[in-house]
Amino acid sequence: MSTLLPIDILLIAACAWLAIGLAGLVAPGNTRFIAKTLFPLGALVGMLVGLVALGFLGESPETAVLVVGLPDLPFHLRLDNLTAVFAMLLGFTSVGISIYAAGYFRQGQGSAPGVLGLEYHVFLASMLLVLLADDAYAFMVAWESMALSSFLLVTTDHRHEEIRRAGFLYLLIAHVGAIAILLSFGVMTSGSGDYTFAGMRAQHLSPFWASAAYLLALVGFGAKAGLVPIHVWLPEAHPAAPSPVSAMMSGVMLKTAIYGLLRVSFDLLGSDLWWWGVVALAVGLVTALFGVLYSTVQNDMKRLLAYSSIENIGLIVVGIGLTLIFHAYRMEALAALAMTAVLYHCLAHAGFKSLLFLCTGSVLHATKERSLGKLGGLIHRMPWVAWLALAGVIASAGLPPLSGFVSEWLLLQSFLFSPGLPHPWLNMVVPVAAALVALVAALAGFAMVKFFGIIFLGQMREPALKDAHDAGTWEKVGLSWLALLTLLLGILPSTVISRIDAATHQLLGVGLADKLNEQGWWMLAPISPERASYEPLIFLVTIAATLLLGRWLVRRLYHGRVRRTAAWDCGYWFQGPRAQDTAEGFSQPIRRIFDVMFRLEMHLPTARDSKPYYSVKVEDHFWYWLYLPLARLVSAVSGLVTAVQGGRIAVYLLYSFLTLLGLLLVARP
Amino acid sequence: MSATISFSAQLINLFAALILLLAFAMLAQRRVMQLINLFAYQGLALCLSTLVVAVSTGQTHLYWSAGLTLLLKALLLPWILHRLVRRLQVKWDVESLINIPTTMLVGIGLVIVAFNVAHPISELSSTITRGTLAIALAVVMLAFLMMITRTKAIPQVVGFLAMENGLFLAATSATYGMPMVVELGIALDVLVGAIILGVFFFQIREQFDSLDIRHMERLKDN
Amino acid sequence: MISISGLIGQIFAIALALLLAPVLSGWVGQCRAWFQNRTAPPLLQPYYMLHKLFHKDVVLAHGASSLFRSAPFVVFGCMVLACAIIPALSTDLPLAPAADALALVGVFGLARVFISLAAMDVGTSFGTLGGRREMLVGFLAEPALLMVIFTLAMIAQSTSVTTIVETLAHREFLVFPSLAFAGIAFTMVSLAENARVPVDNPATHLELTMIHEAMILEYSGRHLALIEWAASLKLYAYSCLGLALFFPWGIAEGERFSGLLLAIPMLVLKLAIGGFLLAGIETINAKLRIFRAPEFLGTAFMLAVLGLLVRLMLEGSA
Repeated sequence: MSTLLPIDILLIAACAWLAIGLAGLVAPGNTRFIAKTLFPLGALVGMLVGLVALGFLGESPETAVLVVGLPDLPFHLRLDNLTAVFAMLLGFTSVGISIYAAGYFRQGQGSAPGVLGLEYHVFLASMLLVLLADDAYAFMVAWESMALSSFLLVTTDHRHEEIRRAGFLYLLIAHVGAIAILLSFGVMTSGSGDYTFAGMRAQHLSPFWASAAYLLALVGFGAKAGLVPIHVWLPEAHPAAPSPVSAMMSGVMLKTAIYGLLRVSFDLLGSDLWWWGVVALAVGLVTALFGVLYSTVQNDMKRLLAYSSIENIGLIVVGIGLTLIFHAYRMEALAALAMTAVLYHCLAHAGFKSLLFLCTGSVLHATKERSLGKLGGLIHRMPWVAWLALAGVIASAGLPPLSGFVSEWLLLQSFLFSPGLPHPWLNMVVPVAAALVALVAALAGFAMVKFFGIIFLGQMREPALKDAHDAGTWEKVGLSWLALLTLLLGILPSTVISRIDAATHQLLGVGLADKLNEQGWWMLAPISPERASYEPLIFLVTIAATLLLGRWLVRRLYHGRVRRTAAWDCGYWFQGPRAQDTAEGFSQPIRRIFDVMFRLEMHLPTARDSKPYYSVKVEDHFWYWLYLPLARLVSAVSGLVTAVQGGRIAVYLLYSFLTLLGLLLVARP
Repeated sequence: MSATISFSAQLINLFAALILLLAFAMLAQRRVMQLINLFAYQGLALCLSTLVVAVSTGQTHLYWSAGLTLLLKALLLPWILHRLVRRLQVKWDVESLINIPTTMLVGIGLVIVAFNVAHPISELSSTITRGTLAIALAVVMLAFLMMITRTKAIPQVVGFLAMENGLFLAATSATYGMPMVVELGIALDVLVGAIILGVFFFQIREQFDSLDIRHMERLKDN
Repeated sequence: MISISGLIGQIFAIALALLLAPVLSGWVGQCRAWFQNRTAPPLLQPYYMLHKLFHKDVVLAHGASSLFRSAPFVVFGCMVLACAIIPALSTDLPLAPAADALALVGVFGLARVFISLAAMDVGTSFGTLGGRREMLVGFLAEPALLMVIFTLAMIAQSTSVTTIVETLAHREFLVFPSLAFAGIAFTMVSLAENARVPVDNPATHLELTMIHEAMILEYSGRHLALIEWAASLKLYAYSCLGLALFFPWGIAEGERFSGLLLAIPMLVLKLAIGGFLLAGIETINAKLRIFRAPEFLGTAFMLAVLGLLVRLMLEGSA
């Protein structure tokens, strides 16, 4: 073979990431070498991955068989359009995060920099291999190395007990999920022993077994993606990890779970039942609403973002559910619309959520503070970070003209078609579900205003914040790259969609590209311009033109004089930083309106308190409804098992012997 | 699709929708007086929709029902209830067992159920008003919901009367009304029922000094 | 593709919105005064206000950042865009495809986020209070507005505002029951979004009650002028949207100037009636406690959803 195929380049890229990681071990303590040489190299490799995947989109699938693996069980790899979309996401997002990380990691934070670099690059390489895997064995190996490397990254700062706890919880749920995925693959092979994806596609499962496989996959990938009620690890692990790692986990790793869900439900399982979609839709809606409500009441900036990730994953799964429903009723054009919304939201979320997580990293570095109650006014000290974070905030709130709005718009458009469904209940319930999506989107705006307003605006709540400094050059470049992605995804939706359309086409047999190409590149009209259209560029230009023209005219006709003085505030004399809303205060309306959704512990001061204080603690109902009973059950069962534990070797040997005997008796041919 | 539906059917649909709207407004209403007024409006809308059915189908007995509805439900019963409230001096806010937004959410769910349950039935019906059958069912369910969630006696009676409105709407929409005898009978029943309940209120209040029907729980044998 | 007459119509529509919006605010103020037995300010009072404010120096608080200074311009830009794509006079608007009804909700959302952030910028107690309440009203009103739009979009089989208006103007149905629900919900949302009486009071500076005013306390001079102008543009945009959706008669279609000439007096008349009714609503209603506002908007949301259901049931879209 003389020419390098895209799949070969991607494999080389994965190996390059591994090599970069290993190179760090040469001098594990040399922060300068690792941060300023290896991480930028990793970013270059990421750029390569992104560009190759982008260039590949629209080509026919390529496969490769690796010699590594078990005897007779080599790794099968395959690059198709679905993989390419997610590889593009991985590549381009990792560019920003790696560049940022070059400036972020410093001496003396838990693990040695070399070890950290190794873990980080193994994490990247394993995510790429998850996307490329074409058999269950390779997939699981890559999936587990992804889980392990991310676990190690989460526990970088392992001296803190809560971080160790968060890491343990993450590892536990990751493994429960992995078992479900493994079982799902097992069902899909249906006893043929052929663990390649090609073999699974060839199987024709009965509806029962297909549903079992689908539900197992939903649980397994849902555990990784953070679907309710297996989301609890997410708000613990994301804040515990260093910010670039949180960004990588939230922006990219959650998407590998979405990739897996798409791969299983549309590609590997041939049959499709309409209620699969309903299950996904319901789970997604609950997740989205739960995530956004909890994100509005958080007081830790990274937890707020983590819950917001849960919300976004929920919206993505809603889109998947809608696609499944349309697909089951053979309404392929609409399924393509919903699928495009799903893929677009994956890309958009990868961009803006990594951006926001990295911004919290900069804030954390500058102030050593994660609690919203001790931040404030940072726009004066960190204008770069603040303005770039604003881009992420607007996108995350789902507002035009940035990336979050495009996918939300596509999702709502596909909801608008749901009354055409031939099922009598669905055609009423699904449009009402759109109302919930609208509520979630609006609440996301609330959460984001809280996030930005409390951190960057207002007066500084602590005197120490006066010493905060803006991000360094590397960090600024990384943040700007992600902000640029967010902007481009926002204003060039047609161009992006006509690229990622190949994946939609591959999964559903139809796409939107033909329709889109009839119109100009600046216009997004997935059905027809009369039906619905959105032109973000013109939108942006109009607002910008009005803004500049207005400013020019006002200065021309009147003047541009400015005086500075103390704030007025209706004449109140006390205007210290404590007069502002706290994070708790800002979310008080939400707690009050949706109080059934939270487990609240509140202490309100009374008139007679000698030391009045106010406290509110918001906890997750699911801990008390699901996890604690489960934990008690497990500990009760293990209590029973201790009866078997006698301590005498002879008895243990007897157990083994009896087991062996039993197996021999049962397992006769 | 739209060309096949005549103007009168559209009007009937509009009135049916108004009745549903008023049923929801009653569900959300906190004031007793306003509640009674809403009930009166509902009676008026019901009367108008019956009138439109009467005009468009030429069924003379429907004129009578329309008149009866106007007299009884839009004028007489609200007047009696108003008097009752004044005499009993119970102009307090209506208390409900569940908060109002939740009640409304449940109401939306009931509407979906009603629409889907009624769908196959209205397919069978050949009248021009079959679309309203679903709404009538929804109104009955919403009235039921109001009776369940309210703790005071007067809102419960209003709920009961509103339920009758829903049934009447169902009758006109599915079969162009019931036979005159039945209708008169029901009208009389409702009237007598309201009067008896009115007497009852005085008795309840004399007994408990309140119209909160949760006190009635104490009446059971222990 | 863009016709000359369309372009002229577009520019004319924007210019008319800019000119007419303060007059509409003035008219509502006048009607309110009459209803409440007060001496009414002149119709052009908002213009005098704007002129005076533009002349004055901007007095900035020490803690105000660049976001605070740019927000009025962004909000103003958003409102101008909103007015440009709402077919008040004619449905032949070259800018209309830039944003359909869903994006229109997005424009209002963008403006709201900016003004709330600006309110939090100086870091005063009232500012954050106003920002928080505005977002509270926003997240309740936005879904209701979206549901109204959903209902209308299902009738018209389109989310493009101009297509919806054209469909509704040529409807064969004379009375859509779902429109009644949607109309009431839309009115409630408009009251809340424009800081009108049952939810907010545009004429108060009482700390317990104000929302919009609390947010703009720190603004002065040209910034305040732009915000006031933007607020009246928002009222104008909502009024025109409501009139176009629920009373679409008299809006010019196609590329004729004659239609446009007829549309202007029609629009002024409709706005006058609408403003009069608005003042009436504001006079006969008491302002709600802030925690009744969620209930008010929740009701609007339910009504909008109900409209959607009635649409699906009675008007059978299949």
